[in-house]
Amino acid sequence: MIKYILKRLILMLFTLFVVITLCFMLIRALPSSPPEGSSLAQSQMILERWEALGYNKPLLVQFGIYLKNIFTRFDFGTSWKISKTQPALELLVGRLTPTVLVNLYALLLSIPVGIALGILAAIKKNKWQDHLISTLVMFFVSVPSYIYAFLVQYFLFFKLGWFPQTIYSLSDAGGWFTGKMLYSMALPVLALSFGQIAGLCRFTRAELTEALTSDYMLLARAKGLTRAHATTRHALKNAMVPILPMIISSFIGILGGSLVIESIFSIPGVGQLYVQSVQQRDYDVFMLNSIFYTLTGLLAGIVVDISYGFIDPRIKMGER
Amino acid sequence: MLNIPKEKFELAEDTDRIRHSPPPARHVGYFADAWTRFRKNKASITASVIIVGIILFSLLTPLFVRGEKVGGLDSYYSKKGPYLSSGLNIPFFDGGKSRSFNARGLLHIYGISLGACDGDGTGNVSIKEISDTYKTVLTPTYKVIGSYEGGRYKARIDTYAEVGFVYMQLTREEYANIAAWQDQNNVRVLYPLIASNQFNPDINDANYWYRADTSSKNQPIDLNGNPIKLSENTRLAENYERDAEGNLVYAKRVGGGDGEALRVRVLYRNYYIYQNGAPPSFILGTDSQGYDLALRLSEGIRLSLFISVTVSLINFLIGAVYGAIEGYFGGLPDLILERIADVLACVPFIVVATLFQLHLSERLGKIPSLLFAFVLTGWIAVASRVRTQFYRFKRQEYVLSARTLGASDARIMLKHIFPNALGTIVTSSVLIIPTVILNESMLSFLGIVNLGSSDTTSLGTLLSEASNIWTNYPHLMIIPALVISLLMICFNLFGNGLRDALNPSLRGVE
Repeated sequence: MIKYILKRLILMLFTLFVVITLCFMLIRALPSSPPEGSSLAQSQMILERWEALGYNKPLLVQFGIYLKNIFTRFDFGTSWKISKTQPALELLVGRLTPTVLVNLYALLLSIPVGIALGILAAIKKNKWQDHLISTLVMFFVSVPSYIYAFLVQYFLFFKLGWFPQTIYSLSDAGGWFTGKMLYSMALPVLALSFGQIAGLCRFTRAELTEALTSDYMLLARAKGLTRAHATTRHALKNAMVPILPMIISSFIGILGGSLVIESIFSIPGVGQLYVQSVQQRDYDVFMLNSIFYTLTGLLAGIVVDISYGFIDPRIKMGER
Repeated sequence: MLNIPKEKFELAEDTDRIRHSPPPARHVGYFADAWTRFRKNKASITASVIIVGIILFSLLTPLFVRGEKVGGLDSYYSKKGPYLSSGLNIPFFDGGKSRSFNARGLLHIYGISLGACDGDGTGNVSIKEISDTYKTVLTPTYKVIGSYEGGRYKARIDTYAEVGFVYMQLTREEYANIAAWQDQNNVRVLYPLIASNQFNPDINDANYWYRADTSSKNQPIDLNGNPIKLSENTRLAENYERDAEGNLVYAKRVGGGDGEALRVRVLYRNYYIYQNGAPPSFILGTDSQGYDLALRLSEGIRLSLFISVTVSLINFLIGAVYGAIEGYFGGLPDLILERIADVLACVPFIVVATLFQLHLSERLGKIPSLLFAFVLTGWIAVASRVRTQFYRFKRQEYVLSARTLGASDARIMLKHIFPNALGTIVTSSVLIIPTVILNESMLSFLGIVNLGSSDTTSLGTLLSEASNIWTNYPHLMIIPALVISLLMICFNLFGNGLRDALNPSLRGVE
């Protein structure tokens, strides 16, 4: 087990290194200029700092400096444009809270609903409940999340006027965990949830139907368990084996957030930072953001694989 | 054994030769078999029909849009709702919009129709009389007078007619052409200019043709200076410019020099008829720049489908070759190739797409660099499916026998294994199409890729253009969003049906 985890981690680090190298080369090869609208003295200063930081040296030397700064000072460069001369890492960490909050609420809403609907559909297989749920799931899985964003904005906000859309600053809401903040997050959370609920519901239904038709269920019924008892004690437990890792990985996935939802609802999160860094050509932030996205993706993959082993002792990791 | 007497037995065939019933003669091939299964799947058939419908729409719409001007920029008829030629008054396609007005606002809206009927400045047309002669701004489906609630009138107005009069600068030649055209066709385009005196509240707004009290919220007044009240018999007092002899002035030279430019006041709807030969007719309305939305939408669908189908085909080719080599040879080549694919698969798509846009879009163009970005990581999913299939089939007896007979590796891969794996590969390639459409629309929406230009656009670009103004003009958002959703749903249903048909053993597995 430990050997397997170590192997995976080493592979992950290798992948991360390759991706960082590629991204770094490609990003630094782009032409870069001081931010627009800054005074001559300011741009002169920035150019000189770039010179001092080695931004004008050959690419490989630059890459060496970059890696050295990461390992010695945990310095991922500086934001030159979005937030002037703030360390990029600080900027990114500051943007994490809103992203995590919105996505966490969405997950907390969609996990129970999605699994419950999935179980209902599986138990009532080929009855009208199943057909209704499966049809709806088909629609909700396919429709892109930004369309839900428009729909909830239009109907719940413009037509019914239920949710206030804007929070002007953190102090306006009184902190991250206030009722007002939660209230204002309702729309993006809803918009994110539709697709997640549908995806989870479909997955649960597929797994549970398979479990319900397996031989051990027949045995359980044959030895006299009621259908409800057999389903909860035997089928559900087995069906959860693939579902739980998926949920765990989506908890890691919430770090990455949703670019489109953040952009529609103007959530000052990681996704918005990414779009800003691309639009304003803030390359150090762009670079860090790319590393961050790669890392979350890699971690989610590893955690899924490892959690299989913890959740179901029958699965031995790393065996062929 | 039961004791059955011999005479109870009967011969099945009482002839000399025993004939077996021949085996069914018709040989059913793999795809014919799949087609029978696919046909039974109602959802997939419906989805395919809708997809074909959308494709036909995107191909045929350009043929039905008349003239070149119709598809072009038009600042007056921009962001308007669906509209079919006047006289039909089909609900929803009447270009109408419900708004609420106070009495003065409503009178101003009526004033546009009154002014259109009253071309000679006689000023004796009343609200009651205009509905027959000129299609009123207030669509006839809505009776306004009488539905007075709390000081405001709720009325449904024709947003195309609401544009009313506009000032334009024409050359002398154009002016003569229009004058000749309007006499010939009996459609009035040129209307008298408005005097710029104390009764004219806004010299740039060509719709204030009547006398208004500029000191009191531009309330229309009669010749004696008394405010005019809104009623069925209301007439407005004109405020047209007249020359020394008292004749109406239709055109005025602007600027110095040769004075080629003439300032005229035209009724835009009739000017549109003059230019295009027909009244405005936009089945889906117009977009933010005044392009025909149906035309834009068809361009968007074509581009989005082109990109997604191309990506799907390229992924199919690369994935099939790569996966076949991995799966067939196994061992070290498999390990190396698989690691490469693993690393590539870990690069986030959004980062790839951004980098490709930043690096290649100027050299190769936006669409090719987007294609490259999609292909770079897209083929991996196909390759891993092909690999699994090759692993599954390469140890089967028929492969072994083919090898014993001396078939080369290439022959075994192409002739023996590949056809068996084809179903899975085709399915996964088809299911790439909706993801590509989705990702393209997402990238365009975020502004990372911008595929919009005067002659082409994509579905995502249409959405992102609408994203800031859609609360006032919902059709700009709803129509492209509906098409994207339909495409996504239908391609998914179609792909699932294809999977069930081609691999019956996978049925129900999502």
